[in-house]
Amino acid sequence: MRRAAWSLLLLIAMAAAAAPWLAPNPPNQRFDDLLYAPPTPIHLLSDGLHAPFINPWHVVSRLERRFEADTFVHLPLRWFTGGTLVTGDPDAGAPLLLLGADGYGRDIFSRLLYGARATLVVSLVSALLATIVGACVGGLAAYAGGWLDGVLSRVSEFVLVLPAIYVALVLRAVLPLVLPPSTVFVLLIGIFTLLGWPIVARGVRAIVLVEREREYAVAAHAAGASDGRVLFRHLLPASAGFLRTQASLLVPAFMLGEATLSYVGLGFPSTIPTWGTMLQDASNVALLGDAPWSLAPAAAIFVVVLGVNLLAQSHGRAPVQLEP
Amino acid sequence: MARFLARRLLFAVILIAITSSAALVLARLAPGDVTSQLGPFASQVEVERTRSRFNLDRSPISQWVLWAGRAMRFDLGESFLYNRPVAPLVARAAANTALLGVVSLLTATLVGLALGVFTGARSGPLPLLVRSVSLVCVSLPPLVTSLAFVFLAARTGWLPAGGMVSSAASDPSWSAWMIDVLWHLPLPVLALSLPMAATFERLQSQSMSDAVQQPFVLAAIARGVPASRVLLRHAWPSSLRPICAVYGLAIGALLSGSFIVEFVTAWPGLGRLTFEALRARDVYLVAACAATGAAFLALGTMTGDLLLAAADPRVRQESAG
Repeated sequence: MRRAAWSLLLLIAMAAAAAPWLAPNPPNQRFDDLLYAPPTPIHLLSDGLHAPFINPWHVVSRLERRFEADTFVHLPLRWFTGGTLVTGDPDAGAPLLLLGADGYGRDIFSRLLYGARATLVVSLVSALLATIVGACVGGLAAYAGGWLDGVLSRVSEFVLVLPAIYVALVLRAVLPLVLPPSTVFVLLIGIFTLLGWPIVARGVRAIVLVEREREYAVAAHAAGASDGRVLFRHLLPASAGFLRTQASLLVPAFMLGEATLSYVGLGFPSTIPTWGTMLQDASNVALLGDAPWSLAPAAAIFVVVLGVNLLAQSHGRAPVQLEP
Repeated sequence: MARFLARRLLFAVILIAITSSAALVLARLAPGDVTSQLGPFASQVEVERTRSRFNLDRSPISQWVLWAGRAMRFDLGESFLYNRPVAPLVARAAANTALLGVVSLLTATLVGLALGVFTGARSGPLPLLVRSVSLVCVSLPPLVTSLAFVFLAARTGWLPAGGMVSSAASDPSWSAWMIDVLWHLPLPVLALSLPMAATFERLQSQSMSDAVQQPFVLAAIARGVPASRVLLRHAWPSSLRPICAVYGLAIGALLSGSFIVEFVTAWPGLGRLTFEALRARDVYLVAACAATGAAFLALGTMTGDLLLAAADPRVRQESAG
């Protein structure tokens, strides 16, 4: 179970890293004849076995978004051309659309791969930062005690009790609504770090409070180790297991945060493919029923969350995923 | 008990005051103001009049003082977006959100706890199936469930794909309106309660399987108490503590989740209103929405604490002493 979860997550990370090579089409290329085109089937059989080939889509009705495969034209898949693993024949109007096309005629599969990069990098970096900040604050609060502990604990409790998505929403919405992508990137990481650290800090504080009374900590003190050394070299390593689990649970939470903010139009601009902006493109209810493939990013989010939950469960923790 | 309640009430008042003030000040300090909603052709006079109507010509601090003074007397100001007092607007949205939230929470609790007791106390193929399904459902965030259900509704037409009432029934009787709302309710409730029910199931299952291994359960069975009675009257109450402990947190998750569910399914609740108010820099509406959200939150954590006290005598002792 644990190995399966790890390989699943690793596979997704590798697919995101290798996006330029794996994606059959550039993420922002529009195929104007193929708005909401369904996924391209890959055929092997036609009067005997062939190399994998596809049929170009033929538009029957643009208004009803009906397509028919032109079964008389066989276009073999092109492998290792133009720096990609496999691609169709975009020039002949037959790109390889593994997950169909969205409302602008863009390849959803390619966008999903590129989108994974932004979504995963934002959530991984925020989870890492939140864990580091939380560990430092929690350790400091427990080790120092007194009024510092009181203040830090009250602050983290206050942040914890607020519904995370509303805080993210308010913090994002009070800044200029239209921002360049790089600014949004930094901003989202900042907001998520701010929301994530108290969860980590509370757990670390509880662990350090117990650990600092243990003999090895007292011994380190007696041997003349400085406060900083005792805290960072002796006490915080004791919470490593907790930190690992917590960081892995924060990743899907932040991923959802990105997706939610982008979905409501306060995350990345729609020119940047992320799983959130892709869902926003898919949000037209009237068209959703006819183009289920545009929900692919939702499925991708589910797979990552499931992988992390399986991982957390194999560590002996109940998969509690209450905050988005 | 009275002291406990008084402390929670004080906490609630502080929470509401801080969040609504912070929301007001943040919305005020945000770049741009409500006059950008007037459009590019608004005259200077009109812009100035709007500014002074919403006290935007004052400094943020004096605006806050003015607002706080009025808010003490339950005058929450006016909304620019809707051009009417904020209070009834927010009250209506809050009622809609509360309807969605309470029904979802009840559904999730009933289904989750019942299944959790079952899977925690029994082993076999059926509990294993339930366990696997709920592990999958835990991983389905409200964003994913609501989109999936809206897609299913749009595809099959079994349920309305969004909204709270059909636009066709614009002048309905009270009972027709009720039926219409009930018809629109299952979709957002399902989307919101599915992951939550799964979470409750996992927690209850874990604590139930711990509880049935306790010596007092064995002792009760040895005394000849029927198995169903042992499970429901002895083991189950003692396993409730971890659930009540997360119940307070679940309210926050419920509010967070209901935001996106309201957004996707076009449910006219607090989430949607807050979002619109924030985008338009409608300062008084933002503040009122934040205050209402904080009130929900305080109410929720208080309910969680009371449930915890009801389920665990040790907590009752602590709060009494």
